[in-house]
Amino acid sequence: MKLAVSIILIAALSFALGLYLPWWSIALGAFIVGALIHQRPITSFLAGFASIFILWFLLATVIDIRNQHILSKKLALLLPLGGNSFLLILITALIGALVGGGAALSASYLKKK
Amino acid sequence: MRLVPFIISSVLTIALVVVLSMQWGTVPPLGSFLSPQHGLWKNAEDVEKNFEADLSFPNLKGKVQVFLDDRMVPHVFAEHERDLFFVQGWLHAKFRLWQMEFQTYAAAGRISEILGAGAGDRYLNYDRSMRRLGMGYAAERSLQAAENNPISKMQYEAYAEGINAYIDELKPADYPIEYKLLNYRPEKWTTLKTALFLKYMSYDLAGKDDDFEFTNLRTIFAKADFETLFPIYADSLQPIAPRSPENPYPSKAAMDLHPPSHADSLYFTFQGDSITSSSLNKPDKDNGSNNWAVAGTKTKSGRPIICNDPHLGLNLPSLWFEMQLSTADFSCYGVSFPGSPNIIIGFNDYIGWAVTNAGRDVKDYYELQFKDGSMKQYWYNGEWKATTDRIDTILIKGRAPLYDTIRFTDFGPAMYDRHFKVDSGSLKCLAVRWKAHDPSNEGFTFYGLNHSRNYDDYLAAIKNFTCPAQNFLFASKSGDIAIWQQGEFPAKWRRQGDFIMPGTDSSYLWKGIIPQQQNPHLVNPSRGFCSSANQAATDSTYPYYLGNSFPVYRGYIINRKLSRMDNITTDDMKAMQTDNYNVKAEFGRDILLKTPVDRLNEDERKYLQIFRMWTLRNDPAERGATIYSIWWRELEYAIWHDDFEKTKLPVSWPAENVLVESLHKDSAYKFIDDIRTPEKETLQDQLVASLKTATGKLKQLEKDGKLEWGKFKDTKVQHLLRQTALSRLHLPIGGGAGVINATKEDHGPSWRMVVQLTDDIEAWGVYPGGQSGNPGSKYYDNFVDSWAAGKYYRLWVMKESEQNDKRVVGKLTFSK
Repeated sequence: MKLAVSIILIAALSFALGLYLPWWSIALGAFIVGALIHQRPITSFLAGFASIFILWFLLATVIDIRNQHILSKKLALLLPLGGNSFLLILITALIGALVGGGAALSASYLKKK
Repeated sequence: MRLVPFIISSVLTIALVVVLSMQWGTVPPLGSFLSPQHGLWKNAEDVEKNFEADLSFPNLKGKVQVFLDDRMVPHVFAEHERDLFFVQGWLHAKFRLWQMEFQTYAAAGRISEILGAGAGDRYLNYDRSMRRLGMGYAAERSLQAAENNPISKMQYEAYAEGINAYIDELKPADYPIEYKLLNYRPEKWTTLKTALFLKYMSYDLAGKDDDFEFTNLRTIFAKADFETLFPIYADSLQPIAPRSPENPYPSKAAMDLHPPSHADSLYFTFQGDSITSSSLNKPDKDNGSNNWAVAGTKTKSGRPIICNDPHLGLNLPSLWFEMQLSTADFSCYGVSFPGSPNIIIGFNDYIGWAVTNAGRDVKDYYELQFKDGSMKQYWYNGEWKATTDRIDTILIKGRAPLYDTIRFTDFGPAMYDRHFKVDSGSLKCLAVRWKAHDPSNEGFTFYGLNHSRNYDDYLAAIKNFTCPAQNFLFASKSGDIAIWQQGEFPAKWRRQGDFIMPGTDSSYLWKGIIPQQQNPHLVNPSRGFCSSANQAATDSTYPYYLGNSFPVYRGYIINRKLSRMDNITTDDMKAMQTDNYNVKAEFGRDILLKTPVDRLNEDERKYLQIFRMWTLRNDPAERGATIYSIWWRELEYAIWHDDFEKTKLPVSWPAENVLVESLHKDSAYKFIDDIRTPEKETLQDQLVASLKTATGKLKQLEKDGKLEWGKFKDTKVQHLLRQTALSRLHLPIGGGAGVINATKEDHGPSWRMVVQLTDDIEAWGVYPGGQSGNPGSKYYDNFVDSWAAGKYYRLWVMKESEQNDKRVVGKLTFSK
């Protein structure tokens, strides 16, 4: 339950911060929620990781569908990912997830066990 | 708190954020680049995007309405003219910000700021060459001229304000994707940037010269041979302004055009010992265009039709942006340059105009003698004269700035000196005199054309145009047609400036400017049409030297077709603009068919047979066009290579018409013989040899499935950064050099326009791009396929009352 709440809160806070702050605000979102809702390090990491993964995956997917993959296909050639839009979305989500997970993990060590 | 794991975890997370915030080589900072709220995903435009907005800016005087049609062409209606140009700037920035800024960086020699010095200092050397050519100096002088004109000053300022109003509201997440890829940000627009952009067009269209290559040719050819290989006038020339009783040339030059008395010993020094290398970064030699206008006597409607297709590098985002500009005073439709106000090629309610490049040589080099290594004084008219210095600061990404001192002399800036060498060994110091250095206000010509209502308005407008000289074509609803080759042209003696000139006294300077009324022109000719395709403007009886090497074949076939046509419709003109007939091959065909078949093997005979059956059309499926193209090139190589390889220096080869015309005049053409062999080769020997070499290449092409002309030519429209992922490749389109449809690999008709000046104007146009510069927009390249297929869009001159028309898909309202 705590895990699910964490995931939702991290995603919501990171999204809100992202409207005003640079991309690394996802770390801020994951850290703040991780500090407020205390969990075991591994669970906290999971919450941060999953939350940002889901957030970025969903945001990118919605944009990509509305764009009919015009840009993602081009950039997936440029980066190079063989022109595979889905792979570009996956990598987007993974990169964000790593940062979110790391930040939430750090926050979990703030309190004594 | 568990301090140690906290520190370790935090440091690792921060390190990850730092790594993802840094640029690694060409990889952009991945964190921000991939973030769906900041990076590339923000540039992925919703295909259903709604283009509606109410905007207000304190700079505006009144109301401006912009209606975007289904091709994303803005139709702008302003209450006040100043607001019109504010909104034009805003729209250019909205759709094309990155490209217009990047092009001004290129013009100013600032590429290293964005891209670094490049491999082997490639970008840095480019930047230095642009600065030393005097681009910055020239732009500053032309800005001064523009600011002295109240209308131009108003235009330039309003335009810059509009661009900056757009930039000011951008957040980094909204930047065009190229800024994110290259990791930099847009800077404020200035009026100087508009001047730089227009100077870049001068560089592109009047920055070409062969002076170094010709100077090198003096080392291997005697004067008579040089004249044979580089004749000034082609036999097949159809000049833009043919001489006739109704159109006489000036009887003599307005000034004394004798070469200096010592020119034979100091300048025409054939078989001399000049050594120099090629000049850097030449503009594309194929930059050219077609335009023609037919009078009402030759059209079905009884009104003139005017046509234009400027040939430039095929790029995405396109150089052109289509729009309609309207106030109560005028309504003008056509293509504009993002980076500059006005419509550049187009029409209004009264007239249409079209341009092609004049291509005359207005850029010459002088060899300076500096007193010593400090280069503070140079020898001029028998005494040491001090230079004026300009220190340029070149910012370089990832490196300390470079301070480059440019010495200005009476001949112009010292482009090459001991700090920027013409080649690694030489200490030659060369000053460059370029017409684009002189103050001028080309933008005012376009302002005038946009507002013109008749021939007199047009003539007054184009007189402001000095460089890059253009063939300005005109047609009006009232039935007039005209063409003027307009620019300020240095009055030159024969072959002045073909070679590097002595730079120690004033006798080699240009002797003045040809009086404007003596520029080549043709007004309402009895033949019923005017045309130009970059050929020489006059025949040899014109009293001034035009310079050398103009293409001839497009002009030839255009005039042949127009003189045979009657009852012309816009469909006829569209068909002609996209025509693939290769008249150069028609001229050369009889020569190639002299090849003795009995000396050929089976493969060679097969290709000869395909060539023999060829329709002489460069259509995409034609194999004959590929055979002709490769074979003719091999024939030129077989005939000339032995003579030109006497030097390892960069040299120019003869023009496209020279071999065919020489062989028709003289079957024992001197250069046929291979001077490296004891035998005396005949034309038949060289025909066989060249077909044999060509066959090797053709067999390989056939194996790769690339023998068809379209596949062999393989036309593409490239992104300005040469990123293939953002480009359009393998376009199925015919045409080629010397063909009206002058589409080559990455160069060709950058805008096709046909305008019939009936009461309700009937206009058609297309360009190989799209209105949006954003690779993530469906409007990025949506015209490309139509362009390749030779299709046109009907151009809609909207009336303000038509805002409920179903073609309108978006509306922007600007107010104070």
